[in-house]
Amino acid sequence: MTETNGTTTAKGLNTVGLAKNDYRGAATTLCAGCGHNSIANQVIAMAYELNIVPEDMIKFSGIGCSSKSPTYFLSRSFGFNSLHGRMPSVATGALFADHTLKGLAVSGDGDTTNIGMGQFKHIMRRNVPMVYIIENNGVYGLTKGQFSATAEHGLKLKSQGVNEFMPVDVVMEALASHATFIARSFAGDAHQVKELIKAALSHNGIAVLDIISPCVTFNNEDDARHSYGWAKEHQEPLHDFTFVPMEEEITAEYQPGDTTTVTMHDGSKIVLKKTSRDYDPTDRYAAMRMVQETSEQNMLLTGLIYVETQRESLRDIYKLPKTHGLNRFTAKDLRPSKASIKKVNDMMF
Amino acid sequence: MTTASPKTRKATAAANGRPKEIVNDFSMTVATKNGSGSQTSNVTLLRAMFRMGIPVSGKNLFPSNIQGLPTWYTIRASKDGYTARRETHEVVVAMNGDTFVDDFRKVVPGGAFYYADDLKFAMDRKDIAIYPVPAKKLAKESGAPAALRDYVANMAYVGVVAQMMDIDMDKIRAALDFHFSGREKPIALNMGVIEAAAQFARETLTKNDPYVVRPMNKTGGLIMADGNTAAALGAIYGGVQFLSWYPITPASSLAEGVSAYISDLRDDPAKPEERTYAIVQAEDELAAAGMAVGAGWGGLRAMTSTSGPGISLMTEFTGLAYYAEVPIVIWDVQRMGPSTGLPTRTSQGDISMVHSLGHGDTENIILLPGSATECFEFGWKAFDIAERLQTPVFVLSDLDLGMNQWMTKPFEYPDVEMDRGKVLWEKDLDKWVHDKPWGRYLDVDKDGITYRTLPGNKHPRSAYFARGTGHDEYGRYTERGDDWERNMARLAKKFKTAVKFLPKPEVKRAKDAKVGILSFGSTDAAILEGRDRLLQGRRPLKTNYLRLRAIPFSREVRKFIEDNKYVYVVEMNRDGQLHQLLTVAYPDLAKKLISVAKNDGLPLSARFVDESIRGEEK
Ligand SMILES: Cc1ncc(C[n+]2csc(CCOP(=O)(O)OP(=O)(O)O)c2C)c(N)n1
Ligand code: SF4
Ligand SMILES: [Mg+2]
Repeated sequence: MTETNGTTTAKGLNTVGLAKNDYRGAATTLCAGCGHNSIANQVIAMAYELNIVPEDMIKFSGIGCSSKSPTYFLSRSFGFNSLHGRMPSVATGALFADHTLKGLAVSGDGDTTNIGMGQFKHIMRRNVPMVYIIENNGVYGLTKGQFSATAEHGLKLKSQGVNEFMPVDVVMEALASHATFIARSFAGDAHQVKELIKAALSHNGIAVLDIISPCVTFNNEDDARHSYGWAKEHQEPLHDFTFVPMEEEITAEYQPGDTTTVTMHDGSKIVLKKTSRDYDPTDRYAAMRMVQETSEQNMLLTGLIYVETQRESLRDIYKLPKTHGLNRFTAKDLRPSKASIKKVNDMMF
Repeated sequence: MTTASPKTRKATAAANGRPKEIVNDFSMTVATKNGSGSQTSNVTLLRAMFRMGIPVSGKNLFPSNIQGLPTWYTIRASKDGYTARRETHEVVVAMNGDTFVDDFRKVVPGGAFYYADDLKFAMDRKDIAIYPVPAKKLAKESGAPAALRDYVANMAYVGVVAQMMDIDMDKIRAALDFHFSGREKPIALNMGVIEAAAQFARETLTKNDPYVVRPMNKTGGLIMADGNTAAALGAIYGGVQFLSWYPITPASSLAEGVSAYISDLRDDPAKPEERTYAIVQAEDELAAAGMAVGAGWGGLRAMTSTSGPGISLMTEFTGLAYYAEVPIVIWDVQRMGPSTGLPTRTSQGDISMVHSLGHGDTENIILLPGSATECFEFGWKAFDIAERLQTPVFVLSDLDLGMNQWMTKPFEYPDVEMDRGKVLWEKDLDKWVHDKPWGRYLDVDKDGITYRTLPGNKHPRSAYFARGTGHDEYGRYTERGDDWERNMARLAKKFKTAVKFLPKPEVKRAKDAKVGILSFGSTDAAILEGRDRLLQGRRPLKTNYLRLRAIPFSREVRKFIEDNKYVYVVEMNRDGQLHQLLTVAYPDLAKKLISVAKNDGLPLSARFVDESIRGEEK
């Protein structure tokens, strides 16, 4: 895979003058080996490589081990560790306060598909411009290993017994709810995770990343769908994925017919190099079929599953100020004139 | 066209041996089916009388249903200026066969009964005057298209009632003109039916009851408004920037009011593509509260409006906002609970719940508007208070105040500059001079209120990770007991500071009065009238009156209780919730507090206030 990013100086400073350390947060308190830690590290790497000013980003999370992880990255970005299952509404409100910020949200499978299913569906429907990562481990880590709604039918856990219910597939839910950027990845595939988050950040709309993120403490037996072992064994990348930021050029040489290029809202590009199959990530029906089929074939399909770059995001639908957030307005912009009060009283009877 | 002159009328009345006129002092109840389009007729009568200078109020008693169930609209006219619900029905207009028999019984002896003449029922009372209204016939003759016929049929009772009670036709026209924003076609159509009905009455009916209206000059300088519209406008003048809501009776018209008026009042014609606000109809009240919390945290003047069931759902979020210290404004237009309860009946049953809403040690600011004008005032003030105190501010209105038509003082432009509270932007952080670096929850001013920064601040030291979990002065996660206690003690201190930013109670004292009435919200009208009633009769009772306007209580409340021998706490709920809160706040004065509570879903009446207090006084 081609490295197109990461312009750094000798001292390890990026083009906005920051070192990788400037993108870190507090030391993690999650279990050693937890998938969530790898994802946090990729968030740090991605922000550093994309030369992001941390103050231009905003973080959100719900409640769970996964939702703790924004503590461990981007300490110079504002963030809100909200309520269990309710992060989408808080993020929606906060992004109205300053829609010029780049939103990055972290949630868990329980946080999103159990308690938070309703808000998850509605934030997709509204196409809120934000990256929404679901760190999916099939269990509730923080409350000690109960089944979540993404646990596969028949999953056996020592303390819980057998899961008798059919699982929720995050990607299918996202497709059904008209999310405009949908990808799946695996915490063990650091590079893919990082490149997908980069691409997701360039998207003008909701970008849902379903990342299998094993819980090493409660659900990591090799035959479990959310374990390292199973995911490594069954991962099937849809394509070789490269993100090219807008200021850079595509340098690698590709065989004609081998690649699909998607141009994102901000001018950056996603280059998808064909692996084993033909796949058009802009075809929603094909995406649904593919996700269904590969799941039945016990495959962990990863990569960019669906993207729609043209749909208006919440930011466009609401006529928000061009150059700044709503929260920069002051009293003089917000209170109607003194003269208008007479008109108002006349409107009564 | 004009009605017969009062003079000739009076002469004929006397000649007929008709009872002496009762002028501008009655309740008129119109019984219809909901969805039948009678609202325009009712507000037309109401407004016409208001324009004649007569104090009026209009209350709609409606079912939780879209079409076909009984609805009653009551207009009270009161030469003395009383606007509370009156328990008696002096004039009844029966347009609904389903309730006809009951409506007929309802009329007080000597009263007047108007009925749609296509409804065939035995009318076996000799003690009331009975007048037919040929509603169907006149609607048919009006030339109105079939789809509008039922609607204009309601105008027939406007015409007959106007003729029989001497309501000025010009004022009726003025009311229609307002209602239809001057559009000649609907005005002419409706006016045609009204005039034909008046003509019918003039030619065929004889006035046989005492109830009439006469012009007065008691409404000059006042307006008619409902509390929800007033609150919406107040919020707009308060600079509302974010409103998220979920539909629920009786709160919906508040959010819809903001949507209806905000563009006109706030959009800059020079920048049609740029708004200063956003309104979201959320997927439920959890999301409505969550969005408001996100927006409030982000520095917007954020609000949501709902009723009891919505408040229950918002609980987890308001607790978060209390603890993470996020300013939001929440309007609770109360209806009857528990549970879905009586969705279209009024109540003051949420005060206990809201006061300590949330798990753990929680305490909330509550504003208690008592009139439509005050809904406007608290509409903008609530934002100043929320941003100053960085906490949820609940405004408790109710169905009666929110949805009914009140005669009220004109809305006044805010008399103070907006208070955005303690917010630090980039340059403020540069100038930070305290001995410790800025921390989100660092109490540098020792008033319990700390300084906040807002997302989008580009200062490298501005950011913090807001959380509902334990945090120290710098917003860092902590599970230490001493950190927790220090933070909770500061929050308690903040609520002590809060009192000075809240509206003071309104106190009315009567000379030599020894007992007091303490109340809040929409009961004001009934209490003002009740106090006058208490002065009458064989054992007159003078009362002092404190109308509470905010919680936590201020010093004036304690003083009022101390100054009186005892105090009746009047409210609309079963358990005497305010009485309970006062008892807890002032255990040493608890013996002086007597609960007077009522919860039948109807606005409080002066008779209830009078009789229950007299009952206690015996
Ligand atoms: C309203 C509410 N109910 C329950 C909890 C307890 N709780 C905390 S985290 C969690 C589950 C988290 O699971 P998931 O989102 O999958 O995150 P993980 O820990 O697996 O990363 C639960 C049930 C809570 N915090 N709030
Ligand atoms: S319990 Fe599981 S999810 Fe939680 S930190 Fe440990 S490994 Fe990660
Ligand atoms: Mg989980």
